Amino acid sequence: MTNAVEAAWAALDELADPEIPVISLRDLGILRDVHQGPDGLEVVITPTYSGCPAMGQIEDDVRSTLKKAGISARVVTQLAPAWTTDWMSDAGKEKLRAYGIAPPHRTPAGSNVVRFISKPASAEAVPCPHCGSADTIETSHFGSTACKALYKCRACQEPFDYFKPY
Amino acid sequence: MRAAIDYLLHLADNALVLGQRNAEWCGHGPILEEDIALSNVSLDLIGQARLLYQLVARLKGGNTSEDKLAYFRDAHQFRNYTLLELPHHGPLSGYAHSSMDYGTTIVRNFLYSALMALLWEALEKSADAELAAIAAKSLKEVRYHLRHSRDWLVRLGDGTDESHARAQAAVDHLFPYTAEFWADSPAEEAAIKAGVGVDLQTLKADWNAIVDAAFAEATLQRPTVAGYVPEGKLGRHSEHLGFLLAEMQSLARAHPNGNW
Repeated sequence: MTNAVEAAWAALDELADPEIPVISLRDLGILRDVHQGPDGLEVVITPTYSGCPAMGQIEDDVRSTLKKAGISARVVTQLAPAWTTDWMSDAGKEKLRAYGIAPPHRTPAGSNVVRFISKPASAEAVPCPHCGSADTIETSHFGSTACKALYKCRACQEPFDYFKPY
Repeated sequence: MRAAIDYLLHLADNALVLGQRNAEWCGHGPILEEDIALSNVSLDLIGQARLLYQLVARLKGGNTSEDKLAYFRDAHQFRNYTLLELPHHGPLSGYAHSSMDYGTTIVRNFLYSALMALLWEALEKSADAELAAIAAKSLKEVRYHLRHSRDWLVRLGDGTDESHARAQAAVDHLFPYTAEFWADSPAEEAAIKAGVGVDLQTLKADWNAIVDAAFAEATLQRPTVAGYVPEGKLGRHSEHLGFLLAEMQSLARAHPNGNW
């Protein structure tokens, strides 16, 4: 790694997600790469959901953080490979749990559409981030942001968000 | 390899028009959770449309932009399926007046999501790398939309007498419009030939399997379809698209080049 690349990583390391400020863009897997491109330094980010309204904010945040650190770089948005919650770091998942959001399970491998059924018999339980109980139910497929679903814990009665595997 | 602009616009217009339709539920959902769900589905669809319009704008060059494509084309220039522009209720006659029906919304979302889950999966292998990248993202989202609409289809179909009757009426009204899925347009034929598009005939058996399994679980009857084939993807639309576009485009047209 060149010094410029290292400096950019260091500057962006703690930059938080605008919607879930306890987790960094790096932990979320949105910040993909920093490298020397043909016209200087390039910072590569990838969108989460196609319609995530935070993407514009994220790009602005990355730009202004770099500027504040005196680093000149181009921000490049890259679609492929498509972002997946599997890229979330273990540290990031732990931060989500501590914040009260159940972190995502791993995405099912090779899911086939035709054999796709609404509720797989062996669905993994989503443990409650508050009390740890596995006795939870999904109350809504969609939650406060595109990336979350709404759950309720039957042990402690608390509602909570589940970060959906994507 | 590049997909032709007409083919990309067909995919983009599908997503935008249904996204706009479903957004009509924002603030009016039957329950709070469904209000949020439909808004989230719309957000995904409009996001997919944006990625495709941005790709078209890059291909066309000049001063074309995603906003120009969405806000400054008229109904006959849209290439979406007629199914997606219909209002959230069944047919009306005379001076009859109807409010939105959630059964119609759910049935349409189910029929479209079942198709797109298969189509995006196949388009992941498109010879157009950028289209393949958009397909890979959209697939993750549409699978979730399919799960949502299928769950509600079963809940409504296999629910009360009232919910069953309304779900069945929605199926009877909307199902004939799916005939358009299987009639290849010139843009689709060209895309298939170039290796960037997918022949929907190859997806038909799988689509039928998804639909039949869901209908059986929902105790709904699948109507037989013969005769009229809509031609929305050729730019020949129902009267409903014009009203939808007027609402969606009026602000951008009243303040061209406005920023907010």
